[in-house]
Amino acid sequence: MSTLAFYVHIPYCVRRCGYCDFNTYTPSELSISSDLSVTSRTYIDLLIREIEFARESSDATIVPSIFFGGGTPTLMEPKDLGRVITAIGSRFELAKDIEITTEANPDTVTKEKLATLREAGFNRISFGMQSAVEHVLKVLDRTHNPENVFSATSWAREVGFDEVSVDLIYGTAGESIKDWEKSVDTALALPVSHISAYALIVEAGTKLGAQVKRGDVVMPDDDETADKYLLADGKFAAAGFDWYELSNWSKPGSECRHNMAYWNGDNWWGAGAGAHSHINGRRFWNVKHPAAYASMVTASKNPMHEQEFLSYDEKRSEEIMLKIRLASGLDRAELTAREQDSIAGFVTEGYLQAEQWDGGSVVLSKTGRLIADRIVREILL
Amino acid sequence: MLGITEVVELRNMRAQYLDRMDIERERGITIKSQAVRLPWRSGLDNQEYILNMIDTPGHVDFTYEVSRSLAACEGAVLLVDCAQGIEAQTLANLYLAMENNLTIIPVLNKIDLPAAQPEKFAEELANLIGCQPEDCLRVSGKTGAGVTELLDQIVKQIPSPIGDINAPTRALIFDSVYDTYRGVVTYVRVIDGHLSTRDQIQMFSTGVRHEMLEVGVISPEPVVSKGLGVGEVGYVITGVKDVRQSRVGDTITTYNNPAKVALAGYKDPKPMVFSGLFPIDGADFPLLREALDKLQLNDAALVYEPESSAALGFGFRCGFLGLLHMEIVRERLERESNLTLISTAPNVVYTVTTGDGKLLTVTNPSEYPDGKIEKVEEPIVRATILAPSEFIGTIMELCQERRGTLLGMDYLSADRIEIRYTLPLAEIVFDFFDQLKSRTRGYASLDYEPIGEAEGDLVKVDIMLQGEKVDAFSAIVHKDKAYTYGTMMTGKLRELIPRQQFEIPIQAAIGGRIIARESIRAIRKDVLAKCYGGDISRKRKLLEKQKEGKKRMKMVGRVEVPQEAFVAALTTDSDIDKAKAKAKGSD
Repeated sequence: MSTLAFYVHIPYCVRRCGYCDFNTYTPSELSISSDLSVTSRTYIDLLIREIEFARESSDATIVPSIFFGGGTPTLMEPKDLGRVITAIGSRFELAKDIEITTEANPDTVTKEKLATLREAGFNRISFGMQSAVEHVLKVLDRTHNPENVFSATSWAREVGFDEVSVDLIYGTAGESIKDWEKSVDTALALPVSHISAYALIVEAGTKLGAQVKRGDVVMPDDDETADKYLLADGKFAAAGFDWYELSNWSKPGSECRHNMAYWNGDNWWGAGAGAHSHINGRRFWNVKHPAAYASMVTASKNPMHEQEFLSYDEKRSEEIMLKIRLASGLDRAELTAREQDSIAGFVTEGYLQAEQWDGGSVVLSKTGRLIADRIVREILL
Repeated sequence: MLGITEVVELRNMRAQYLDRMDIERERGITIKSQAVRLPWRSGLDNQEYILNMIDTPGHVDFTYEVSRSLAACEGAVLLVDCAQGIEAQTLANLYLAMENNLTIIPVLNKIDLPAAQPEKFAEELANLIGCQPEDCLRVSGKTGAGVTELLDQIVKQIPSPIGDINAPTRALIFDSVYDTYRGVVTYVRVIDGHLSTRDQIQMFSTGVRHEMLEVGVISPEPVVSKGLGVGEVGYVITGVKDVRQSRVGDTITTYNNPAKVALAGYKDPKPMVFSGLFPIDGADFPLLREALDKLQLNDAALVYEPESSAALGFGFRCGFLGLLHMEIVRERLERESNLTLISTAPNVVYTVTTGDGKLLTVTNPSEYPDGKIEKVEEPIVRATILAPSEFIGTIMELCQERRGTLLGMDYLSADRIEIRYTLPLAEIVFDFFDQLKSRTRGYASLDYEPIGEAEGDLVKVDIMLQGEKVDAFSAIVHKDKAYTYGTMMTGKLRELIPRQQFEIPIQAAIGGRIIARESIRAIRKDVLAKCYGGDISRKRKLLEKQKEGKKRMKMVGRVEVPQEAFVAALTTDSDIDKAKAKAKGSD
């Protein structure tokens, strides 16, 4: 019985944050009404048509997880988001223990809205917290009041969400170790079962990218960012949050199953503008712009922009690259003798866990997680 | 001259007509001597004459080219740029001409330039040669002013060649070049007898006999002639493919009526400076070999043998006449064979006496023996520096820093000075010229000649990465400079080598003693934090791209060193300006 996870992309934001290079648009960029209720209805209609298309081109039966990301999914009407879940449920079989997540902005939710989302079928929610420190949020262009996060996560619990997660960003310009420590402590004081923490990546083409290029913003050096990772990992572990992927920590059993599907190389369908899909070694992605997406779906055309069929080597590269990021690691037997030799040094240097290595798997140590890409290059290049 | 004697038509005339290589024309210098035959009806007696002229290089590296040209002549035109004045190499070449008992005609060139100071330099020239300032002719190669008079004076002053028309043929080979289409073209000056296409010729040194395929003169393009008589300069082609068969300095005679005594030849030019040349792409090694073989056909002074470096792979240890020669060879290899090369720091030839009395010639720091060393001898040169007198202090300071010994100094005129020093050649090889030029705002010129060897307090400094010697960075230096070299190299490498997952100690050592140390801290973060659906393809493609970068890494033990780091570490800051400075000071 084959499975198909769904990712649903909502490409709208009230405003764009300076560091963000995601496929998302503000109403003014699209010249549409800032009241997105009409857009919500029409865009969701398109998603439902794409789900029909997914049904026709896949032989999967069971959907183990659905993840709404963006953009800001909560800018859509909860009942519209619910229509997507219903559409998937009517064409596929939703797993009994299905995980249905939405990303949410802690500023724009109310307890009532959260309750409606819960009623629409969501059981997991992930808030973009980023930081608990105002000057850091300002550099990130985030508007929320740090206190909103506490209310939002508490309400989510109260209205019955099983899993509540927050996202943190570290390594922002001007963020001290103390600032970061405060964010970590604040997150741990929330009623959450899952925390993601990402080092800020300066992407070309973003406002932040331009500021860094001009020299207006100076990014902290990598060594300090490494210290922040270790600090967070230590605190998370002490509070009972174990790492299960490089940038993800959770209470036992609260791992995000949808994200695990990405790292395990499972099949998933990405619906919406610019969304990526993976089915049996074939990767494909939709046209990026919502208008282009709309016109293609409306004309009953496949909104796919490009696709690639992975060769055996490419599949293997991906598997190594992704699985090494997980606490479960890689099976050592998957590596050739030469590849094992090439990374044996990392075991003696403490970048790979010696006990697991002897037991037949390749698992990153704390410091090893920080140089995971280097280890992958050593294996594959 | 080429224009006025009408051997080159006006419409074909161009600057530096005889400098045929691109590199000569770009740098405004002469590397290869060129012979040319000029017909001239003298205005003094209205008679026809044939003048044979050889245009020679000026730079110290090519002194051997000059000396063999001079040996083929009766007289010399000493051309001085009257905007720049006499340079050290002008002196050197003048003395060479005097040693050869040649008639010298002093000529001031470029009188058309606004900055020309013919009076001043006429006086200096007169002092040097021992003539009157008004004996110096004034010409402009550009406008042609004074050239007719110069040609008349050449006819008047320079004696006609003396030789025995009836004696067995003797012709001196003063140059020999390889032409892709015609084989070896040998340039000769006939001393006695006659050379014609009917003759079978014989090389005096080897006794090998050759058929003559063609005899001709250069006017200034090759023109076939029936033969060459006494005093004439021209070329012969025998179909030989290897220039070594037609060695410069050898005497050509005829097979049927061979001469008994050879002409005094030349000393073989001896390489003074050595450096390793390595292709950046290891696969280009055979191409480099081919390119060197080809270049050597025209440049007998170039020597090379295969060398392998743990750090740089396979390449060649090459010997050059000097730094300009080295630079030109490298540039020609890169340009004419489309290669990209790394060259190791140049060094001189050392004679090392080991503790057990063995004598070793070391042309490569990696051959420097490890055990006990009795003494090390290094080549010493006698350097002549000409500069405005305001720079005396600066120049002396530089020479003292470079282990120089003052031999003496003379005023050429009220404000120009000639300073003579003995210096270890190794000091000159290490950016002396750049320093001299920059400290004298470009006004000083330098010439030197080897005068032998002297014992020096020398040591070999090795550079180690994680305890592994990097042969390409080893250097033989004076004991007092070892520390400077060590800190310079370790500091440079610390900047150039990217951080890796372990700490990398970089050490400079003399034998087992560490004299400088730096370290590259281990990298702490090398990971992209996010990797979700859409990131996967992007990340995999990035990985594929990095494959290329990995190929350009050289492994030193476990340390990955980017090729660029080697290139940058072996490049001195002034390398870029060097070419320009050299070119300026060379003709």
